[in-house]
Amino acid sequence: MAHTQDEVLAGLAELVKEETGIATESVQLDKSFTDDLDIDSISMMTIVVDAEEKFGVKIPDDQVQNLVTVKDAVDFIVGAQSE
Amino acid sequence: MTEKIVITGIGASSPLGGTARESWDALLRGESGAATLAHEWVAEYDLPVHFAAEAAVRPDTVLDRPKAKRLDPSSQFAVVSAIEAWEDAGAPEVESERLGVDYATGIGGVWTLLDAWDTLRERGPRRVMPMTVPMLMPNAPSAAVSMHFEARAYARTVASACASSTESIVSAYEHLQAGLADVVIAGGSESAIHPITVAAFSSMQALSRRNDDPATASRPYDVTRDGFVMGEGAAALVLEKESHARARGARIYAELAGGGITADSYHITAPEPEGLGASRAVHIALEAAGADPSQVTHVNAHATSTPVGDVAEVRAMHRVFGDRVKDIPVSATKAAHGHLLGGTGALEAVFTALAISERTAPPTINVTEQDPDAPLHISGTPIPLGDGEQLAISNSFGFGGHNAVIALRSV
Repeated sequence: MAHTQDEVLAGLAELVKEETGIATESVQLDKSFTDDLDIDSISMMTIVVDAEEKFGVKIPDDQVQNLVTVKDAVDFIVGAQSE
Repeated sequence: MTEKIVITGIGASSPLGGTARESWDALLRGESGAATLAHEWVAEYDLPVHFAAEAAVRPDTVLDRPKAKRLDPSSQFAVVSAIEAWEDAGAPEVESERLGVDYATGIGGVWTLLDAWDTLRERGPRRVMPMTVPMLMPNAPSAAVSMHFEARAYARTVASACASSTESIVSAYEHLQAGLADVVIAGGSESAIHPITVAAFSSMQALSRRNDDPATASRPYDVTRDGFVMGEGAAALVLEKESHARARGARIYAELAGGGITADSYHITAPEPEGLGASRAVHIALEAAGADPSQVTHVNAHATSTPVGDVAEVRAMHRVFGDRVKDIPVSATKAAHGHLLGGTGALEAVFTALAISERTAPPTINVTEQDPDAPLHISGTPIPLGDGEQLAISNSFGFGGHNAVIALRSV
């Protein structure tokens, strides 16, 4: 069953917290992973792979650089679910 | 003009306790850190040895979760022990570029490596963690400590098997003597109680098989000794130029008076039986300390409880001390904490520093019938060292023929 945008955001926030310890409420759509949340590339790859498993989607490596904000990631995952 | 180097902080996370003080107190009480392993893998792989000396406190229960997640257990132990040593030293103010790290491991991130191998086989390459390599590399503990304390003078990793962390202390001593740092955090760490290592050490007949009584399995110098007991954990010492320590009014446990390393070039695992390389390392350490063998008042022996190794070390000590070897209080503390491999020398250095400062040689437990080929002054209870000047040595020897010895003096 496809997850809604809110569900993906909440699930992604949990993954970010698990990897980095950042509080889930800080993970908001307009936040940048690197500039606002200070997530490095290694943590980002871990979060991407965890998200693939959690939401049953594929996030190609060449797409990861386009996931600048949390909204970018949420939109990508929501879109990928419907494919 | 060389300057004295002193020990101003100690830390340990060992099978005897979560801190240096807890470990020392348990050691003096004659406790053992060895116990039957509760892991399913012992039965799953039908391992011939069912016990080990696991650390008393898991390091990931001390560190915050995101930090712990990026570190192999060997690095987690390293950071925990270094934090304790640093706080014990009073968190000295020192320029980042004058603070060094010399932190060893014998094996490195074996859990990370083999977990990643399992992940690759079961779930494919995409699930292998991106942190795998920086977690498994042997310099990871040293790097983790360096990053935690912003230590930028240098961060070195000695790897000489079970001599590693004594050699790290020697390396730190040399760095401080050369004026390349004012303060160094030195130590060693190991977290390698894994089915592979248990199987491998078992197949080389190195481990005790006393499955029915783990607490008495490590029995250095006993006629019935049958191998070492694997241990786990880390220990750290804050080493400092004496002038730096005095200027800030630091408490000083002991002077790190000298260190020596040699190589046997004899056999990849067996010690050279006459103790030639080991005794040379003692002489070099004592010479650096400006001391004579006749001044030595205490020895923390390597003594792993193997039939061959223990008597080879006795021969080395006899070479150095002659018949006086029977009179020097010797402690074989692996009887209590097991063999921490790359972490063992640092833990024993912590105990040697405490032995000097508290003038008490810790007990050697589990000896019921002392080997006549090891005519040493050991005791199942603490031995008072007296009021005079103390000069102690701590020996460590590693596979590959590595010999490392440090000399500590009372202040």
